[in-house]
Amino acid sequence: MSADAKAAIDAVWRIESPRLIAGLARMVRNLDRAEELAQDAFVSALVQWPETGIPRNPGAWLATVAKRRAIDAIRRQKRLEVKQTAMHRELESTQEFDDPFAATDDIDDDLLRLIFVACHPVLATESRVALTLRLLGGLTTTEIARAFLVSEATIAQRIVRAKRTLSEARVPFETPDASKRAPRLSSVLEVLYLIFNEGYSATAGDDVMRPGLCEDALRLGRVLAELVADETEVHGLVALMEIQASRSKARVDALGAPILLMEQDRTRWDRVLVARGLTALRRAEKLGGTFGPYALQAAIAACHARARTGAETDWARIAALYDALAALAPSPVVRLNRAVAIGMAFGPAAGLELADALVSEPSLRAYHLLPSVRADLLKKLNRFSEARSEFERAASLARNTRDRDLLLERAAACRF
Amino acid sequence: MRFMVIVKANADTESGRLPTAEELGAMHEFNEGLVKDGVLLAADGLHASSKGARMRFGGGGKPVVTDGPFAETKELIAGFWLVQAKSKEETIERFSRCPFESGEIEIRQVFEADDFGDALSPQAREFEARRRG
Repeated sequence: MSADAKAAIDAVWRIESPRLIAGLARMVRNLDRAEELAQDAFVSALVQWPETGIPRNPGAWLATVAKRRAIDAIRRQKRLEVKQTAMHRELESTQEFDDPFAATDDIDDDLLRLIFVACHPVLATESRVALTLRLLGGLTTTEIARAFLVSEATIAQRIVRAKRTLSEARVPFETPDASKRAPRLSSVLEVLYLIFNEGYSATAGDDVMRPGLCEDALRLGRVLAELVADETEVHGLVALMEIQASRSKARVDALGAPILLMEQDRTRWDRVLVARGLTALRRAEKLGGTFGPYALQAAIAACHARARTGAETDWARIAALYDALAALAPSPVVRLNRAVAIGMAFGPAAGLELADALVSEPSLRAYHLLPSVRADLLKKLNRFSEARSEFERAASLARNTRDRDLLLERAAACRF
Repeated sequence: MRFMVIVKANADTESGRLPTAEELGAMHEFNEGLVKDGVLLAADGLHASSKGARMRFGGGGKPVVTDGPFAETKELIAGFWLVQAKSKEETIERFSRCPFESGEIEIRQVFEADDFGDALSPQAREFEARRRG
């Protein structure tokens, strides 16, 4: 087969496999078996399509082949267990699969079930991530391994283990009921944001595959936002990811070192993604209700995105949003960011008071940004010698030479 | 990566004819599929070139402006999609389902930061130098 034909069939897999696997999983009630059936159908496609060309509706073609096999298998099993009425019902319900064009709503429901199952809390986080990218992102094991800088065997093992765990725990192929919906949904959001950050924290020079993870996470977030359009936090997460991704061209310099938000060249922010992020945030706002941590972070990111220059930033609003975020998720890093925002909004003395309160915080003891923030505020208060020693302390804690050099330069500038 | 899918103009689009309800419905369904798959970033149709203008640069002075319409229909564009995809093949596969009866679309990859490679460096270095001040 030519490389073109292979690439075209790979593309069909990426587009069609999530819905195909989701539909099959509903039918056979087993994720592993569903994936196997989907892959078998693709093997048939690999044999036939180079001869016949890719059909006009490849999804329907694959669904027909896979479902026919699934029905054959169920019938064989049924002959063995004739008395099982449950199987009867299953067989009846599979009749509708003879028509490959199942109603769109059904496919959407199947896809949502697949997302919830792949992100089930019974699974280790790394397994959820691998399973989600494989089943919903349509990525191959090789691609996932490359993206996470681990061996293919490791990813393959995580996926095998995840499927075994799901089947041992008898996790039903269902969307969670109302009582479990909130924690299950936050597990899904956590997985998506983890994938996004895995891609986002990698610098451009590291590996060209990694920006792909941001796109995968964003795409899955957008898919989820269409499936569960009534959840504020889903739109919040999408907004947060769109706005963060909009800065990707501006956030590292030519040598791959990070550029802080306030120092970024805003003309390099991606306007399409900013607009999409602001639209997603509006969808969250329209739903009403209180914002969760993702929507709050998105609202903060939106304040920066709306400001044409750093000087136009609405710090009072950011400070208020950090107040709300700190009340919801009171982590020391959130409190430090809040101190920065309050320092910008209400003057360095107010910010310093909050930053000082974090000095005894054990988890920030080795965090260079705490002394760096304090140094900034001290400098603005004209307390230069204190600022200088804080910049020096920050430099001693910095994890890379570029940050260290920058902090030492700033220490040296505190001479007046 | 991203691709811009460009719809070429034809006599129909240049005439200012609006699409029929049926055509609109089919296109809406196609676009909805792109939205549900999380790949559609932006899309718009363009008015006929009679409502546009061309600006020609060169000669050192102000650019020369010519109002539409323009004759060479196949050089004109009538609309575009901006989509996210893993490959050109994925974009081709998605748009082979596009409900056009006739006409031509063109698929072009959008530059990403990485694509600039060294070409970006002088500008980025200059920015870096400015920011360090």
